[in-house]
Formats: sequence, C-alpha cells, structure tokens
Amino acid sequence: MSGIRTSGAEMVIKALADQGVEVIFGYPGGAVLPLYDAIFKQNRVRHVLVRHEQGAVHMAEGYARSTGKIGVVLVTSGPGATNAVTGLTDALMDSVPLVCLTGQVPTHLIGNDAFQEADTTGITRPCTKHNYLVKDVDDLSGVMHEAFYVASSGRPGPVVIDLPKDVQFAEGDYFGPDEVTHRHYLPQTVGDPARIAEAVDLIAGAKKPIFYIGGGCINAGTEACEAVSELVRMTGYPATTTLMGLGAIPSSSPQWLGMLGMHGTYEANLAMHGCDVMVAIGARFDDRVTGRLDAFSPDSKKIHIDIDPSSINKNVAVDVPIVGDVGEVVGQILESWKNKDPQIDGKAQDKWWGQIDEWRGVDCLRYEQGQAPTDTIKPQYAIERLYELTKDQEAFITTEVGQHQMWAAQFYKFEKPNHWMTSGGLGTMGYGLPAAVGVQVGNPDSLVVDIAGEGSTMMNIQELGTIAQYNLPVKIFIINNEWLGMVRQWQELLHGGRYAESYSAGLPDFIKLAESYGMTGLRATQPDQVDDVIKQMLDTPGPVIVDMVVSKEENCFPMIPGGAAHNEILLGVNDRKEQTQSEDGMVLV
Amino acid sequence: MTNKSEIERHVMAVLVDNEPGVLARVVGLFSGRGYNIESLTVATVSEDESASRINLVTSGTPMIIEQIKAQLERLVPIREVYDLTEEGPHVEHELALVKIINAGAERREALRIADIFRARVVDTAVDSFVFSLTGSPEKIESFLELMRNLGDVEIARSGVVAIMRGEKRKQDA
Ligand SMILES: Cc1ncc(C[n+]2csc(CCOP(=O)(O)OP(=O)(O)O)c2C)c(N)n1
Ligand SMILES: [Mg+2]
Repeated sequence: MSGIRTSGAEMVIKALADQGVEVIFGYPGGAVLPLYDAIFKQNRVRHVLVRHEQGAVHMAEGYARSTGKIGVVLVTSGPGATNAVTGLTDALMDSVPLVCLTGQVPTHLIGNDAFQEADTTGITRPCTKHNYLVKDVDDLSGVMHEAFYVASSGRPGPVVIDLPKDVQFAEGDYFGPDEVTHRHYLPQTVGDPARIAEAVDLIAGAKKPIFYIGGGCINAGTEACEAVSELVRMTGYPATTTLMGLGAIPSSSPQWLGMLGMHGTYEANLAMHGCDVMVAIGARFDDRVTGRLDAFSPDSKKIHIDIDPSSINKNVAVDVPIVGDVGEVVGQILESWKNKDPQIDGKAQDKWWGQIDEWRGVDCLRYEQGQAPTDTIKPQYAIERLYELTKDQEAFITTEVGQHQMWAAQFYKFEKPNHWMTSGGLGTMGYGLPAAVGVQVGNPDSLVVDIAGEGSTMMNIQELGTIAQYNLPVKIFIINNEWLGMVRQWQELLHGGRYAESYSAGLPDFIKLAESYGMTGLRATQPDQVDDVIKQMLDTPGPVIVDMVVSKEENCFPMIPGGAAHNEILLGVNDRKEQTQSEDGMVLV
Repeated sequence: MTNKSEIERHVMAVLVDNEPGVLARVVGLFSGRGYNIESLTVATVSEDESASRINLVTSGTPMIIEQIKAQLERLVPIREVYDLTEEGPHVEHELALVKIINAGAERREALRIADIFRARVVDTAVDSFVFSLTGSPEKIESFLELMRNLGDVEIARSGVVAIMRGEKRKQDA
C-alpha cells in the first residue's frame, strides 16, 4: 500500500481532518511553525487561538465533555508544553478524551538543553493516558490514528504527541485511519454473564438498596445513561450521583437523592451508609465520596461496574466486580432482569423509602434569604434563581472550584448528561472559564454559563481575550464573596478562624473589566436585583460578566469533614458533633 | 486501605512492546503510586525484538497486588501481565557476581565455599576473586552472607528472572 507523499506537518493536519476533528485549541511558537503553516493552507480544521496553553486544554475538555467528541490541543515546545500540564492532569483525573500535540526541538537537539526544550514525554508520562515522541515521519500517521483510538477507547483520557520540528518538515507517506493497523489494546466492554446473574439476584433481593452513579456513566454516552435511568426506574430504588455523575439520570426523578459525598445531601449520604446493597456504576469510590474508609457503608454488599479494572477494589473491597462498559453491562442486567422477572421485596422497599423520606425531611440544603434591600444575596439563592430562569432552555454549566462549585452542584439541576462540566478529580481553579469557551465553541447556539468564584475567575482571566476575539456569548456568573471561600470555610471550621491569606484582595471591578473587553458587565448587590440581572444576562446576545455580590461568610453545608464517616455529616456550623477534628482527619485534604 | 491483610511477595513477568520509555512507564507507575519493587530486570525476548520481558518482584497486600496488576495492564505498551506466584510452580533464578578481597586462610575458605555453592571463578588476582553464581535468591543470599565474613566484598546482582515450570508458554513471539 502506498500513501500520499507529504510533509509531517501536513500529515498531522490531514490526520486530524480524517479523524473528524473540526476545531483545535492552540497557541503558536517556534517549534510548531510548520504545523501552523499547514493549518493556514487548509480550511477543514478550524483553530481557536487561546491566551494561555492551560486555557487551551480546559477548552478542549469543555468541548469534549459537552459534545462527546475528542478535544484537540496544539501547543509549542518547552513552556507551551509545561503550561499544558495542569490541563492534562485535569483531563486524566476526570477521564476526558484529548489529543494534545506539542512541538519539540529537532531530533538531533533533543537532550542538549536546546532553546525551549523540555522533556515533554517525561513530564507528561504520569499525567496522560499515553504519550508518544515521534522521531520518524514514517511513524506519524500510525501514531496519530492510534492516539485518537487510545484517547477515546476504554476509560478515556488525554494523549500527548510530541512532534520534533524536523519531523514536521520531513517528507513521508500519509496513511488514513483505515489504512493503518495499530495495536492490540482492547478494553473489556461486555460484562461476565456469571457476575451479571449474581448482580441481578443481589439487586432483586435487596431490602435497603442504593444506586451510586458516577461520571463513568456519562463517559459511556447518552444511551448508557438512558439504560442506567431505566434500571433505576424499573427497580424503583433510590439513586445518588457523584459530582461527576450529575445529569446521568434525570434530577427530576423522585428516586434521585441528590449528590453524595463531602457536600452531598443528608439523605444520599445516610442512604449510602445504611444500605444493604450498593450498586456502583461508573464511580470510583473517591475519598471525597467515601469519607472515612473503615466506616464506609459498613453493612452493604457492593456491586461495582467499571470499564477500568484498576478502579475496582482500589479503595473499597467489593463483592461483585463487573468489568465492562456501563452501557453494555447495564443492558445485560436489564435483559437478565426481564428474563428472570424477579420479585422485589415491596414491604422492605416501603420501609426503606420511609426512612429516606425522614432524612429528606431534614431539608439539608435549606437556607434563608431575606428579601429586604439591606439583606445580602445568599449564594445559594443566586444559583437557584439562575436555575429557575434557565431550566427551560438548553443550558450548559461549567464551574470553577470552591464553595460556588458545590452550591452549583447542589442547586442547579440536570435532566441530561453532558451539560455539567466541572473539575472533579483535580479540583482545578481556573477550569470553568476556558471550559465554557470550549463548550460554547462546540455548541454555538446554546446558553453556556460558567458559575464562578471571584478567586478562580482570576486564574484564567486572560481567556476573556479569546471570548472577545471570537465573540462567544459565554456568560460568566461570578458568585463574588470576596473570599477564597472554601479555604475560608476550612479555616473557620478547622483552623480556629485564622484566615491566613484567604481574602480575595485586589480584585478588579468586573464591570469595567468586561467593558474593557467590549463585553457587558452586570452587577447585583441586593436580593431583589438577582432576577433582573439574570434576565438581562440572558437577553444579552454577546458575552457577559455578572458580578453577583453575595454574603461573604456563608458556609457550604452539609459537610462531611475530612476523615469522618457519612453518618457524621454536619448540617451547619452549630451542628458540630465534636469541636475538634480527629488528627487523622486533619491531615486529609 | 481497609484490607490490612498480610504482605505477600509476588514474582511477575510483564511482556511489553519493545519501545523507548516502557521501562520508565513501569518504574514511574511503581514510584508514583508507592508500590514496592524488590527487583526488576528487562531484556528483549522475541525473535523480531518487538517484545521485551520485564521480570519483577514486588510485595504488598493481596488488594495492592491486584492493583499493581490492573495498573500495569492499563499501560498501552504492556501486552500481558503474568503473576507467576499466583499461576503456580515456577523457577526463579538470579545471577550474582561477587568480588572478594582477602588473603591467606580466608582466601582458601572462600574458594572452598564457592565450590560448595558451585560458584565459578571468573577472575583471579593475587588478593581477589570474582565468583559467578546463579540460583534462587535464597541461595545467593546465603552465599553472600558467608562471603561477607571472609573479606571485603563487592556485589553485582541481576535481580530475579523467572519462568513457569512445565510446557505452558507465557509468550507468543
Ligand atoms: C489551582 C488551584 N489552587 C488552589 C486551590 C485550592 N482552593 C480550593 S477552593 C479555593 C478557593 C476558591 O475561591 P473562589 O474561586 O472565590 O470560590 P469560593 O470558594 O469563594 O466560592 C482554593 C484556593 C485549587 N483548588 N486550585
Ligand atoms: Mg470566592
């Protein structure tokens, strides 16, 4: 077979186009000039110019998570590549499929401390699913196509391809995706039938069951989420979702108990603690979810469905591990269920729901919003109103990291997967703004809101330039409490109120900042202005920055302090069961 | 870790694509996740040199051992991970080169012990020998212990290489 004779750089762009890539996020530099030249000469692949390489990676993440496609990034060698590292780590932790192309010094200079040389494959080895250094142009098409396969198959993740400049210039033969064979990396997608049967029996016989649904369901796709929703509906059992799993099943379902974990609902956490059968689907028993491990759901049999065998039995020993794709496995469970038509213990279910309703009665997300002009806006209220005023349209929400992120998770409700983009695993401040850009690029006609903290907003504020350049109608909804609120909360609760360096000093005037970029800036300082400002934001066709000036010292509850068990959940400041946290707990992040 | 069970020693054979960086990936995985490496060796084993075999000895609780295997299998260039300890009877061998510097009676005693252990003399000088010894890690360990009593020693050990007994092959190339 003979390929098309062309330069390495052209090959890369051809491969992108052949992989169905429509847009890439990037920033030029010396080591990628041939690639930019190749981009210039074609119009199949669009390029979005970012302001910082970290922004490019988060944009690609937002794009990937909202569209289900692979996000693509292009950065130069050295500082370009190192700037991308935070984004790559974020994508690895949250299983986002990305391909990141990095320029590299020419092969003969590698290892010589050449100008803008960094050991990119060395640096990114632990923060990518896989990476490549292409030293021979003849390997290039194979590597490009394999990279797309690796990024998106099994548990998705970021892949880096390091491209020395001489390889970009070199001539070689290009082969399309169907003309290259790449390796044998075959994730197991179908579940073991014996395990499926075991799971069905266990689920059917449960007296106090719960579904624990994670971001893996969303990665498995819309159909997989529908299958999971059907399983939940069919059994009538309660279900909780992780931060990453929000939207996997409709929030309007009466069976949904809300999010679980450190800032999850009282009912979700107590149901996890007290259940007798737990069905974990595409969730990874993260420490933010489990709390103290030796007290985690002590009396339950656990079924765990995951595409990644290394997620199973990592933190928590499970009774029925099922390796496979969520869609496939849940499909198998549904089929087996329909064949067996098992009898559920209705009486036990009534009792269990009675207990859950009691927990729900605690109304753990309750807050008080005074409506006088002198009252301050509660952050919860601002987000709840945002939800109410946007729920009837297709809205995508990204967040930064902090209290506002948790309130967004608690108060914004999702009916569908892929509409909620947040940095869960890495908790990267500065994620939300660029991620919103990527979401907007992938969904040009939809509403995209970054629910932000004023602190996090400053971390990738330079991407306002990208928003301005492409006139992307992104709405940046800043919950401005003038504090690094989540840090302040921990200092209040765990460090004796010594607020070291957690005040957001030196903030810009966000309205003037917006205006300086030619955007609209809006501000609300009183509760009765909230609706008006949100409506104005929605009525503005272009980009908007909203400065929601909220109560400075509101804390985010419920809260399971680090190292505590689910049933030690705190509902408010005055609910401190012990005045001090255990020493073991203090060391936890 | 909820499972506080006993630490076990496991010998693994890991077949990998023979490409730059594979060893770094494996070693990085162990250091990054805090797993133990007791020994590790690597060499190509397929006729076309496309595959290498990493022989490694590690230790951990059963849950950690399971994690190590699952994490290794996640690496793209890894073809197959065999836990020989779990799979059954296998032979473990190690090569040691031992230099001993001594004289007189101790020198003769060193030679006598080497003979008992079937260590070969691969270099002789007036005040030193270099012995070459192969065998199980335990055998090497006892040899070294004796030698250390007989003079100043320098030791080079290969680490364990291992293979299953019987006709089953753990390699397709
Ligand atoms: C890059 C990065 N640095 C530091 C942190 C630690 N951190 C977590 S939340 C937080 C405060 C965030 O402040 P803000 O964006 O204003 O959100 P708020 O909690 O006030 O809602 C900090 C500093 C982080 N998550 N990410
Ligand atoms: Mg803040």
